[in-house]
Amino acid sequence: MGEMRVHTLAVLVDNEAGVLSQVSRLFSRKGYNIESLAVGTTESPDTSRITIEVVADDDHIALVANQLRKLYPVHSVKLLNPDNSIKRELLMVKVKAEDGSKRNEIIQIANIFRAQIIDVSIGSLTLAMIGDATKNQGLEKILEEFEIIETVRTGAISLERGTQNIYDQTKEKGEFDYGKNVL
Amino acid sequence: MELTGAQILMECLLEQDVDTVFGYPGGTILNVYDALYGYEDKIHHILTAHEQGASHAADGYARSTGKVGVCFATSGPGATNLTTGIATAYMDSSPVVFITCNVSENLIGKDSFQEVDITGISMPITKCNYLVSDVNKLADTIRAAFAIARSGRPGPVLVDILKNVTAEKAEYEKLDRASHYSSGKLGVLMKRASDNFNTPKADEKDIDILVDMIKASEKPLLICGGGVVRGRAQEEFTEFAEKIDSPVAVTLMGGGGFKGRNPLTTGMIGMHGSQASNMACDGCDLLIAVGCRFSDRVALNPATFAQQAKIVQIDIDRSEINKNVKVDHHIIGDAKHVLQKLNEKLTQEDHTEWKKYVFSFKTESEYDEGGDTLTPKQILATIARMVPQDTIVATDVGQHQMWAIQHFHFDYAGQLLTSGGFGTMGFGLGAALGAKVGNPEKTVIHITGDGSFRMNCNELSTEQFYDIPVITFIFDNRTLGMVRQWQSLIYDKRYCETTLDRGPDFVKLAEAYGLKGRRVSSVEELEGAIQEALEYGHGYVIDCAIDIDEMVRPMVGGGSHITEFMID
Repeated sequence: MGEMRVHTLAVLVDNEAGVLSQVSRLFSRKGYNIESLAVGTTESPDTSRITIEVVADDDHIALVANQLRKLYPVHSVKLLNPDNSIKRELLMVKVKAEDGSKRNEIIQIANIFRAQIIDVSIGSLTLAMIGDATKNQGLEKILEEFEIIETVRTGAISLERGTQNIYDQTKEKGEFDYGKNVL
Repeated sequence: MELTGAQILMECLLEQDVDTVFGYPGGTILNVYDALYGYEDKIHHILTAHEQGASHAADGYARSTGKVGVCFATSGPGATNLTTGIATAYMDSSPVVFITCNVSENLIGKDSFQEVDITGISMPITKCNYLVSDVNKLADTIRAAFAIARSGRPGPVLVDILKNVTAEKAEYEKLDRASHYSSGKLGVLMKRASDNFNTPKADEKDIDILVDMIKASEKPLLICGGGVVRGRAQEEFTEFAEKIDSPVAVTLMGGGGFKGRNPLTTGMIGMHGSQASNMACDGCDLLIAVGCRFSDRVALNPATFAQQAKIVQIDIDRSEINKNVKVDHHIIGDAKHVLQKLNEKLTQEDHTEWKKYVFSFKTESEYDEGGDTLTPKQILATIARMVPQDTIVATDVGQHQMWAIQHFHFDYAGQLLTSGGFGTMGFGLGAALGAKVGNPEKTVIHITGDGSFRMNCNELSTEQFYDIPVITFIFDNRTLGMVRQWQSLIYDKRYCETTLDRGPDFVKLAEAYGLKGRRVSSVEELEGAIQEALEYGHGYVIDCAIDIDEMVRPMVGGGSHITEFMID
C-alpha cells in the first residue's frame, strides 16, 4: 500500500440518470470515502463533468480510474495534477450576528477575505466565498468565533492550467497510452 | 413499419440471429410473451422451472456456442431471481443479454406490485444496463446491448423495459448488424469509445519487448486463462507454447484453452493446482499469463506469487493489469491477435532441462484406488472412457468440480462449463441444458455433487419436457464435501451443518420428473448405467455413491505461498 493522499479526478460522462451512482459506486466498493463531489453540465448539454476528491494511494487510484474508463457512459477520466491545475469551491456560511457591532466585525472579516455578504437578517449574516480549500477553511475558522449556524460547500471543481483539457484524454487517445508499458 | 415495443424486441432479436431464448413469463412481460406467440416459428423459447435456471441456461448456451445467450424474466422477483445468474456470467465474462420488463411508467417508483429497481441492483454485476422508457429508443438499446455483451471482454448486459413501452407503437426499420455501429446509440459510442468495441490492436513495441524477454528466459511458464477460451485462441496459444517450449499451467477458466493431453501441460494451477504447476510457478524466471486475472484461487499470495519471475500479463481488459498481482510487462489486446503477432516474431526455443525439472513433479494427484467404494477418479476415468471425446462437461461447484477438472482432458474452448469466479452451486444443470440446446449434436454431461444438485434440481422438469438429453452424474458423498474438507483440515473436524444425511432419493426424484435414474456403487454398475444412459437418449441421472471423507488433492490454503501444500 502506497502513501494515502488526496487525488482529484475529472470524469466526463453522459448526462443521464444513473451515471452518477455508477461512478460513485466504484469508490465505495473499494472502501474509499469521497471527500467531495461536484457535478454539472459542460459546454455540451449531453455531457456532465464530475469532479471527485478522494483520499487513496497512487496505485489504487490508477486502478479505479481504469475501472471508470470501462463504464460505457464515461467519456474520459483524468487524474488532475495539483501543480498544474486550478481548483475552486464555493463556500456559504450563515453566522449569528445579533447586534450592530458583531455585524460590523463580520463585514470587516468578509472584506479581508473578499467574501460576499449575500443575505442579512436581524439575527444573522450569510457569507459566500469562492476559493481553494485552505482559504475557505481560514474564513470558516475565524467565523467560528461568532457562532456558525450552518455551512454548505459545493465541493471542489478543477480545470487544468493553459490549453490542456480533458478532451486530451478521451478513450481514443488516453487509454491506449496506458497500454504502453513501463518496465 | 409501425410495431409495438414487444414486436420491435422480437425483430431486434432476429437481427442478432437469436433463435433460442430461455425465460419465464409474468405480469409485466406479458406483452413480450404475447408477441413471442407470433414468432414461435423463428424464436424457440424454453420455459424453465425457475428464473435462475433460465439465467444459467442462457449462460451455458453462450459459453458453449460462443454466441450471445438471451434470457427473459418479468419484474420484481423474476428479475431478482436472475441476479445469481447475472453475477455468474459477469465473473466469468460470459456474453448474455438479460431482458426484464418493469411496471408501467405511471407505477414506477410507487412500490407497485412486483416492482424492483433491477437496473440499480444489477449495476455491479453487468457490463452495462439500460432502462428503456421510450419505445422510440428500444431498438437502438437492444442493438447496443448485444454489441456490448459480445465485444471486448464479453459479459452480461441487462435491459429493463417498462411495460407500457412494450405496448406502445413506434416506427421500426430493419437494420443489418453491420449498420448498427453507424447509427443511434452505438454510432455515438463508436465515435468516442471505439476501442470498447474494436478490440485494441496490440502495440508493436510491447510485442517486441516480450519477444526479447522470452529469448532471455531459461525457465518460462505460461498460464492459460479464461481469455484464451473466450477469445477462442486455442490454436494460437498452442503454437505459442510449442514455440517457446514452455510448460503450460491452466486455470479453472482456461480449461479447454489448451489441450489437456498436450505433453506441455502441467495441469491446473493454484489452490488445487498440481505439484508441477505450482512448483513451476515458484521456480520460473518468466511467467506469461494469457487472459488470466490472477484471482486469489490462482495467485493465493500475490506478494510471493512467482517471486523469482518477471511476470507478463496479456489481457483484453486494461483494468485487470496490476489489479491482483503487480506485473513487469503487459500487453493489452485480444489473445488471438496478440498471440498471432508474437508467433510471427518468435523462433523455436528449447527448454528441455527446465521441462525435465518441472515434469519431475506430479501433474496429477494420486488417489487411492479404493476398496469397496467408488472413487472420484474411477468415476471420471470410466466416464471419459465411455463418452465421446468431444463431450461437453458442465459442472457445479465443489469437490466434484475440482476432480472433474483434474481428471478430464479438455480438448477445445467451450467444452468445459463451470462457474469459476462466482462459484455458483446450482449452475451446472441449467448450463448443461443450455449447452445441449446450443449443441444438439454433442453429448452433454453434468457433473455435480449432492449439495449442488439439490439447489436447482427442479430443472429436471425442463430437461424432461423439452427432452434435452443430459446425463447427470451426482458425486454423492452425503455431505457438502468441499466445506467438510476445510472443516477437516482447518476447523479441527468440527463438521458443523455440512452433513447431508437426508433425502431426497435422487433416483426416485429423477423418476418423479419422468426421467430415468440409477444409483451405482461400483465401476461395473457405473459402466452399465452409462451404457444405458447413452442408449436411452433422454435425460438420465446417475447417483454415484462415494466416501464422505474423499478429499481434493493437493490443496494449498487460501493466502498461503503457492508451494505450501496442506495435503499432497
